[in-house]
Formats: sequence, C-alpha cells, structure tokens
Amino acid sequence: MHEDPLRIYAGLVGRRQFLRAGMTALLAISLPRWAVARPSLEEAIRTFTGGANVLDGRVRLDLPPLVENGNAVGIAVVAESPMTEDDHVRRIAVFNEKNPEANVAVFHLGPRSGRAMVSTRIRLATSQVVVAVAEMSDGSFWSSRASAIVTLAACIEDLS
Amino acid sequence: MARALVNVPKVAQQGEVVEIKAMIAHPMETGYRIGPNGSNIPRDIIRRFACTYNGEAVFSADLFPAVSANPFIAFSLVATTSGTIDFTWTDDAGKTQTASATITVN
Repeated sequence: MHEDPLRIYAGLVGRRQFLRAGMTALLAISLPRWAVARPSLEEAIRTFTGGANVLDGRVRLDLPPLVENGNAVGIAVVAESPMTEDDHVRRIAVFNEKNPEANVAVFHLGPRSGRAMVSTRIRLATSQVVVAVAEMSDGSFWSSRASAIVTLAACIEDLS
Repeated sequence: MARALVNVPKVAQQGEVVEIKAMIAHPMETGYRIGPNGSNIPRDIIRRFACTYNGEAVFSADLFPAVSANPFIAFSLVATTSGTIDFTWTDDAGKTQTASATITVN
C-alpha cells in the first residue's frame, strides 16, 4: 500500500497542533528582535545592583522634560558625595524604560574624580522614564528618575 | 578610526577640580535600524571609553547603543600633578582610538 508522506506527518502531529506551531513561528518572525528580549527597567536595575536595595535621593538626574529630537538628548547626573578615599561614588549607571535595550551607559568614577558629575548625550526611542543609579563606596545605591516627552523619536527615522 | 576631540584646561591649581570633555566622531550604529534593503544595519558602537592621568586609570565608561552618535562625555578630575591625560575609545571590533592632552599644575 502506498501512503502519502504528508498525511503520515499530519497524522503524527495533528492538524491543530501543526497550525498552532505555524502561528507561533509567524508571530516570532514578525515581532522585532528586541520586543521579546528586553528586560524591564526594574530588572535592569536589579542586575546592576545585584539585588541590593535602591534608595531615593543623593542623586540628581537632569533630563529635559520636552525633547524635540530623541537622537541626541543631553543628560547630566550629579551625585552628592565628598569624593574622598573613604566616601566616594564608585559607579553611575543610566537606564531607560522603553528603548530596545535597557542600559544607556555605566560610568566608573573614583576619589580622583573630585566631583561626582557626568554628562552625555543619549537616544530616546519614545516618551519614557530615565533612571540614574549611583553606587557609593560603602555599597549603597541611590537613584533618581525623570521622564521626558519625545516628539521626534530615535531609531525609527528613514534612511534615504 | 575617527576624529576625536578633547577639552582639558591647560593650566590648573593644585587640587582644583577641572572639567574634562571628550567627543569622538562615530556613527554609533545601534543594530536596530532597518537599511534600504530591508535587513538590519549591523551594530557598530563605541563600547568603552577610558581616561588615564599620568598612566593611572581615573575614569571610564561602558557605552550602549542608547548613547547618541558622536558620543560626548563630560566629567571631572582633580588636578594633582603636571602631566598628560590620555583618552581611549574602543569599538565593537576592538579597534581603539586615542587622544591625549597635557595639563600644567601650579
């Protein structure tokens, strides 16, 4: 007797199961890569702190509340610290809520910095919250958050 | 690799906190943009920036695709002794670009 190979396959998997698998595969292809992979803002901060408690204060994040061009947003982070050998800021990290990747930058400072202050320019894909976390030399973490409304988003502009 | 620009005060007092500005010409391609042929443009970013003062590491930064093109970083340092301040940028391919500036401390 001659059996159709496709029928054997369908009989093995079952039609509904086969359809469901196809739909899942299609969904996975149609979604952009980052839409499934990105950790949330809180998860990213937890990875940075190693699970330690993050307190509010001692850090100031300057972010313009209304951003015209999300491709270059000037930010400044200032932490309150005497920046001495015993008491200084070890790291300052910046995280975002809705970009394809949660990390923005991590700055490594020390007593020779003199002042716990960094500024840079970042990309914002959409209106969202930005968080700055500072790690002190005693192992404590302090944070500050600010939100911005973005009118021209980064990452989606046409290439022509 | 690219053109780098640094701004360090020429003269400073002993113990003074000076502001340092560093910028490098680089597209910081995120890897999330779609090119004209419909496929993703490969990621190409500056991954690390480091600053040494007379050979001693004093400041560094890990950068991610969310940093704008032509990354600009401003930070501060304590002027301790006269000497050179060196800057190094490292990209995804491991290529580095350096710049340096001299400072005179009175």
